Amino acid sequence: MATVEELKLRVRELENELIKCKQKQCAVEDAQNQELHRPKIDKMSAEVVDSNPYSRLMALKRMGIVDDYEKIRTFTVAVVGVGGVGSVTAEMLTRCGIGKLLLFDYDKVELANMNRLFFQPHQAGLSKVEAAEHTLRNINPDVSFETHNYNITTMENFAHFMERISHGGLEEGKPVDLLLSCVDNFEARMAINTACNELGQIWMESGVSENAVSGHIQLIIPGETACFACAPPLVVAANIDEKTLKREGVCAASLPTTMGVVAGILVQNVLKYLLKFGTVSYYLGYNAMQDFFPTMAMKANPTCNDRHCRRQQEEYKKKEAERPKVEVVQEEEEAVVHEDNDWGIELVSEVTDAELQAASGTVPDLPEGITVAYTIPAETAPCGDTVEETEQSLEDLMAQMRKL
Amino acid sequence: MADEATRQAVSQIPLLKTHAGPRDRALWPQRLKEEYQALIRFVEQNKGADNDWFRLESNADGTRWTGTCWFIHELLRYEFRLEFDIPVTYPVTAPEVAVPELDGKTAKMYRGGKICLTDHFAPLWARNAPRFGLAHLMALGLGPWLAVEVPDLISKGLVVHKEQQRDAAAE
Ligand SMILES: [Zn+2]
Repeated sequence: MATVEELKLRVRELENELIKCKQKQCAVEDAQNQELHRPKIDKMSAEVVDSNPYSRLMALKRMGIVDDYEKIRTFTVAVVGVGGVGSVTAEMLTRCGIGKLLLFDYDKVELANMNRLFFQPHQAGLSKVEAAEHTLRNINPDVSFETHNYNITTMENFAHFMERISHGGLEEGKPVDLLLSCVDNFEARMAINTACNELGQIWMESGVSENAVSGHIQLIIPGETACFACAPPLVVAANIDEKTLKREGVCAASLPTTMGVVAGILVQNVLKYLLKFGTVSYYLGYNAMQDFFPTMAMKANPTCNDRHCRRQQEEYKKKEAERPKVEVVQEEEEAVVHEDNDWGIELVSEVTDAELQAASGTVPDLPEGITVAYTIPAETAPCGDTVEETEQSLEDLMAQMRKL
Repeated sequence: MADEATRQAVSQIPLLKTHAGPRDRALWPQRLKEEYQALIRFVEQNKGADNDWFRLESNADGTRWTGTCWFIHELLRYEFRLEFDIPVTYPVTAPEVAVPELDGKTAKMYRGGKICLTDHFAPLWARNAPRFGLAHLMALGLGPWLAVEVPDLISKGLVVHKEQQRDAAAE
């Protein structure tokens, strides 16, 4: 039988062998990488040769579509949510040669994601941002990446998230040029909205409905266009009979097609906005059932619940007043409010139609094909008891709760 | 629309007064006190109605909550751990309640074991913000979810009673 000393020696031998193996493996990988990875490119060239990844993009300049395509390398875009829409969005921006990408997501790649684009089965278990950075860096080493694997809606992460949005630009200390919301839930959208209103950060919202057959993108300029809290969530009507839509037993469906279309119209809007060509959409919906793309623009709501939205509106008004009027720009249609409510939305709180009527708010006047998920009454008096004043301290209450 | 029993239970939970989220350092402690007051009242009411079904407690700053909830099915008690963080946008948006041990067992769940609430919940919460608190979230969110999902999970054999499991293992 081997002594302890002998075994220790054997362990050390094996450890050394392992280190040697690892080093060899690294050397092989490095050599492969040298072969597979193109070197970084200092200046975008319009030269049409098969080794130039930017020739077709630079052709946009020659054709007169874009004035200065190279400018794309000066921009930083933050993508929040690297799922079905966000990952494809990040890939498109990477291939277009964006300067810097910040990626935020707390999730891991799962095999259940494989009905969507971008991620591959061998990446299952990796964090989405880590897996995405690896793939994207391979596609285009000219792009700078910064990734954050956390949930932006919690206290501990939100402050860091705000800090990176306001200081994470290509030139450290400068804000990002644009933030893209590619998240899949209301809480995260609201958190992004809060951050952008506080920072005055221009952003674009995107979303795909839970039934996978509609989606939208929206440009939000704090103080100028409606923020996410200015109106109840907007939805693109898919014209599906609610009675035939079965929600029992499932949460959400998803299609790579709808997500790809939404990522496409989102990045198209980003390119138009950053490189200044074409018309930038304020709101563009996609109804996959009828292939209908409703558009609209909505001004910020002076009575928005978000006080930073209201502050940004004041600042925008001041700025507008100071600006010399040159020519009349086409006025955006203001969202008018009409009183009648023919919204067939069923609500839990109400038992009778009269109660439903009383609990419903006014419906903003929206173009055909766009509706609100629900309405909120202007101000309702609280019905029912409210918590009483208490002499007990928080610690007392916590202890009382534990003792129950 | 809500069934009369849920509506009745919810109407007895006191509404909250302080509109403050965890980022509001000055007012959050007051909101937190109100949360505890409403929760205590709700649990006491449940006990009184012989329908005690959850416990919750938070960390010191009230941003992370953990607890247990249980469901009685055919005289057997099934207990589950639950957890959630208070989002920075609370109380405008409700927290996402997670029951991690049921993750992957039902389609009515998002990744991480976050329960998938009905379409009714979001408008209801939005209309009652900021007066609704965590007790309302339990009553209108988790309660109805458990009532639908747990019997289904039991019938599919995806949730097995702990003692039955032990018996099966002993055989
Ligand atoms: Zn607003």
